Amino acid sequence: MSSNYLDIIRPGINTTFQDKGRDHLYHIGIPFSGAMDNRNYLIANKLVNNNLDSAVVEFAYQGPHIKYSGEKINFAVTGDVIFSIKKKNAEIEGNCYQSYQIENGDEINILSTNKSVYGYLALGGELDLKFQWNSCSINTKANIGSNDGKKLDTGQRINFKKINSNKDVKKINYINNKIENIRVMKGTNFDYFSEQGKQTFYEKEFIVSKLSDRMGMRLEGPKIENIVNTNIKSEGLIKGVIQVPADGNPIIMLSDHGTVGGYPKIGAVASVDYDRLVQMAPGSKIKFKEINLSDAETLFKLYEMETQNLLSQI
Amino acid sequence: MIKNISNLGDAALYCDFGNEVNKSINSQVIKYFKTIKEKKFEGINNLTPSYNKLIISYDLKKTNFKEVKNYVENINAKDSIDINSKKLEIPVCCHDNFSMDIKRLEEILKLSREKILENFLNKEYFCYMTGFIAGMPFLGDLDENMRAQRLETPRVKVPKGSVALTEQFANIYTFESPGGWNILGNTPIDVFDSSKEDKPNLINPGDTVVFKEITLDQYKNYNE
Repeated sequence: MSSNYLDIIRPGINTTFQDKGRDHLYHIGIPFSGAMDNRNYLIANKLVNNNLDSAVVEFAYQGPHIKYSGEKINFAVTGDVIFSIKKKNAEIEGNCYQSYQIENGDEINILSTNKSVYGYLALGGELDLKFQWNSCSINTKANIGSNDGKKLDTGQRINFKKINSNKDVKKINYINNKIENIRVMKGTNFDYFSEQGKQTFYEKEFIVSKLSDRMGMRLEGPKIENIVNTNIKSEGLIKGVIQVPADGNPIIMLSDHGTVGGYPKIGAVASVDYDRLVQMAPGSKIKFKEINLSDAETLFKLYEMETQNLLSQI
Repeated sequence: MIKNISNLGDAALYCDFGNEVNKSINSQVIKYFKTIKEKKFEGINNLTPSYNKLIISYDLKKTNFKEVKNYVENINAKDSIDINSKKLEIPVCCHDNFSMDIKRLEEILKLSREKILENFLNKEYFCYMTGFIAGMPFLGDLDENMRAQRLETPRVKVPKGSVALTEQFANIYTFESPGGWNILGNTPIDVFDSSKEDKPNLINPGDTVVFKEITLDQYKNYNE
């Protein structure tokens, strides 16, 4: 057995292992999953010299308190996260976007994300996790992936398959800029909504509801009026699609979303804004701004170049 | 045939085969689905066939709307597809413990509980698609007088095994999930099994399903 392992002292609220996700399975009802905030996931792996598609620990709001046993290893936390590192003689406050070395007996205590939702803990090595359909991403709703598809729990021990020989510590200056305007394209049922409803969608503010999770983000606020039909024949969805059920409150599909749905689609979030959308905590205000397909494609290209540029600086 | 192709967001094609739901349109959708799936176009990462639509999603880092649309418009969907159809019997218990929306259905359909169950059970269903949650089968068609709309606000948690109705379809919640369908009963069997990676779904598009009513005692003893 491996002599390097993690003991979970406190799991946090919604702590899972995530990687790049799984594809080619929508037709049997299995969603993409994977790290919610893709950019922060990639940076976390790069900071600890991992392959970019390695598994990381994803947490929401409160993170885990972990004790490490084994040889010296690197770790890094990304997102907007408050955490500390407990060594034999000292406890130091940790900074995001830089890697640290820990050794046998050290603890990482991730207290909380700061006005955001998700944070990432990458460990320099390969965790011993079960893969299902080429991914260890945990989907707690379908109980798919590593850890029997369940959140991490107190007292669990997670072994490493191997640890990285490259133990160079790295650092990057990065700030998660928050946005209030989420750019969207018209949905395929845009004309189901009244003029007033369309105006409400683009001009009014919505509030992120507490009933939001990896599957979907529910919004509260002014109701969006439908004048055609509040049901459609169930059909495929992708992440970022905004459905409006009969109660007039929009729901945005997120990474663990149902693969089909029967509520009219008023819009779809541009891929460029997805990482920042998922970080909007309950109570945050959202305003939608319309863009067209070609602008969305260009903006995503720029976003992707920026991500690659960040990664190349590490 | 595909009547219209538009974009769903910036990373998916929305292929519309029309608004009707029937086996002939559905088999067109499945033809396209199977043909594209076999060809493995670089960048396409998911295909979601439904009654009369096919959503093709792609990795925006590798391709884009124009390329995928051009590809789909020029493929030759195969005529011969083998829908390997099975006939399955699914046990369902409609005891008060499970039939959470029976009162709502009685009101909407203006039918008695007995009549609703009789109509529901004396019927063979065709599986049009699977999805929403893993393995959930969409089974049609319910008689005209059995069609109800979804709940106004979907439930945050629908129990695993729930057998539910909306419009002309019945479905089975393969595990606990949010959902807005009218719940009529519950099945004790696993309709989805993730440990079987190559064949996780019990019911697949093209299969025929009948429901067989069981008592609460039979339900409780079913998996023992």
